[in-house]
Amino acid sequence: MTAMTSLPRSLGGLVAASALLLATACAPADEESDTASSGDASAACSVDSLPTVEKGTFTIATDDPAYEPWFSDNDPANGKGFESAVAYAVADRLGFGKDEVVWTKVPFNTAYQPGDKAFDVDVNQISITDERKQAVDFSAPYYEAAQAIIVLEDSEFADAKSLADLADAQLGAQIGTTSLKAIGQIEGAKQPRVYDDTTKAAEALRNGQVDGIVADLPSAFYLTAAEIDGSVIAGQFQVEGDATEAFGLLLEKGSKLTSCVDDAVESLREDGTLADLEQTWLAESANAPVLK
Amino acid sequence: MTSAPHVPSARQAERDAFRRRRTRRRVLAGVLSTVVVLGGLTAAVVTSPGWDRVRATYFDAGHARESFPLVRDAFWLNIRMFLLVEVLVLVVAVLVAVVRVVPAPFMTPFKILATIYTDLFRSVPTILVVLLVGFGFPALGLAGMPTSLFWLGAIALTLSYGAYVAEVVRAGILSVHPTQWASGRALGMSYGATLRHVVLPQALRRVTPPLVNDFVSLQKDTALLSTIGLVEGLRAASVYQAETFNFTSLCVAALFFVVTTVFVTRITDWFMIRQMRREAGA
Repeated sequence: MTAMTSLPRSLGGLVAASALLLATACAPADEESDTASSGDASAACSVDSLPTVEKGTFTIATDDPAYEPWFSDNDPANGKGFESAVAYAVADRLGFGKDEVVWTKVPFNTAYQPGDKAFDVDVNQISITDERKQAVDFSAPYYEAAQAIIVLEDSEFADAKSLADLADAQLGAQIGTTSLKAIGQIEGAKQPRVYDDTTKAAEALRNGQVDGIVADLPSAFYLTAAEIDGSVIAGQFQVEGDATEAFGLLLEKGSKLTSCVDDAVESLREDGTLADLEQTWLAESANAPVLK
Repeated sequence: MTSAPHVPSARQAERDAFRRRRTRRRVLAGVLSTVVVLGGLTAAVVTSPGWDRVRATYFDAGHARESFPLVRDAFWLNIRMFLLVEVLVLVVAVLVAVVRVVPAPFMTPFKILATIYTDLFRSVPTILVVLLVGFGFPALGLAGMPTSLFWLGAIALTLSYGAYVAEVVRAGILSVHPTQWASGRALGMSYGATLRHVVLPQALRRVTPPLVNDFVSLQKDTALLSTIGLVEGLRAASVYQAETFNFTSLCVAALFFVVTTVFVTRITDWFMIRQMRREAGA
């Protein structure tokens, strides 16, 4: 299992590294064509031609309050927290400087209702769903939810360094979730306990009837912060080959910005910026180490 | 019988022929009506517009094969559970029933407790008892409280079904004629000995059918223990169903419950008949 999850990653790393090697080592002609093509893209997506809400500035919406670890100190403009960092990175790719980014407050529930938007993009842990796509546009996903293991802070498993350390743990999850399937991917894991909903799984955790519960990382941040006193995230891991929850930047339906924002997100993914930001803000500073 | 070959009279032959004809007609009518009624019902189901979807969703052979071993392994928990709980329930029920019928005045506080117990646990839905015991007991953090989900589940089901069965047993005791008590006492038996040797055996035999009813119901309610995280037969089936979006696994689980119920019912029938023969023949 360990090898299996890390495989796509190392593969991705390999591909990225070799691409980098190619880019640096190959003839200047290659490089020129590279810059030419990105130049083309930026011509279509240049600051001057981008039909933003406010000409020359990039208006980004999020909810108030903005929660950790997606934002920091309820101040989206400080560039701290995963989504704030991603938003600034996207703006940067589009050619907007940090001072050309304007933040606005939009409640989560109103963001994906149909109609005119007073923002260029909304970044607010919004899951991409087909139903929502009827009403709004989504960028390519900037985050695909990892699975997290929640344990009590005094648990022997709180300091797990790898998935193998969790083999002896009695884990639990909600029925019908990716999290439940994810437990099956932990090598040597005991048969999981299965609960009707997260509330019951949380109660079982408090009672010591399970050593840990598995939930997607965004839910885990909420559960550990607000629902289960004295609980921590022992770590996170990616489930392979399954449609997990993905977050996208939300835009007005049919927005002319969508393809440019898409390109920006894709290029951030390709050059590893997204992975770096994820590591910084959702693993290190959020105290949720990645388990392999 | 006699050594001479028996030659039936013409009238007897006619009578026999008539009886054979009648039997044939009756068998024919029985078969025909069965075919018409059951066949009609089957045809109505099978030709219904949604049948193909129903068959693919609920009765798919591939999903049945795949989920069968999962459900079978998990169902072992249900079997262990109801075998254990049935014994516990009988003990609790007889105790509570006896406490409620004995006339001794010093028993009054226990009679009050027993009455509250049966009233309370017969009225609270079993699933709530399961949740309260399964999650609530361990939350108390008392020393010596069992932490194993299996035992917590067993306690919950025993509490709930003990109350039902206590009332059944009490009804059985009350149904034994007062002369039986009087005879026991007249023979010099103490009250307790009369209860033990004269009344209870008759009472329990009399309430066997409702008792089996409650036990069959209990066997099905072992599935409620899935709410506290135990992966029993039905839960294993639902996990499969949630993954595949196919309900066949649930029908497989149903099959396991049907087989256990039929098995238990036949065993009891046989036992009852043996008892009745013994009583009638003795």
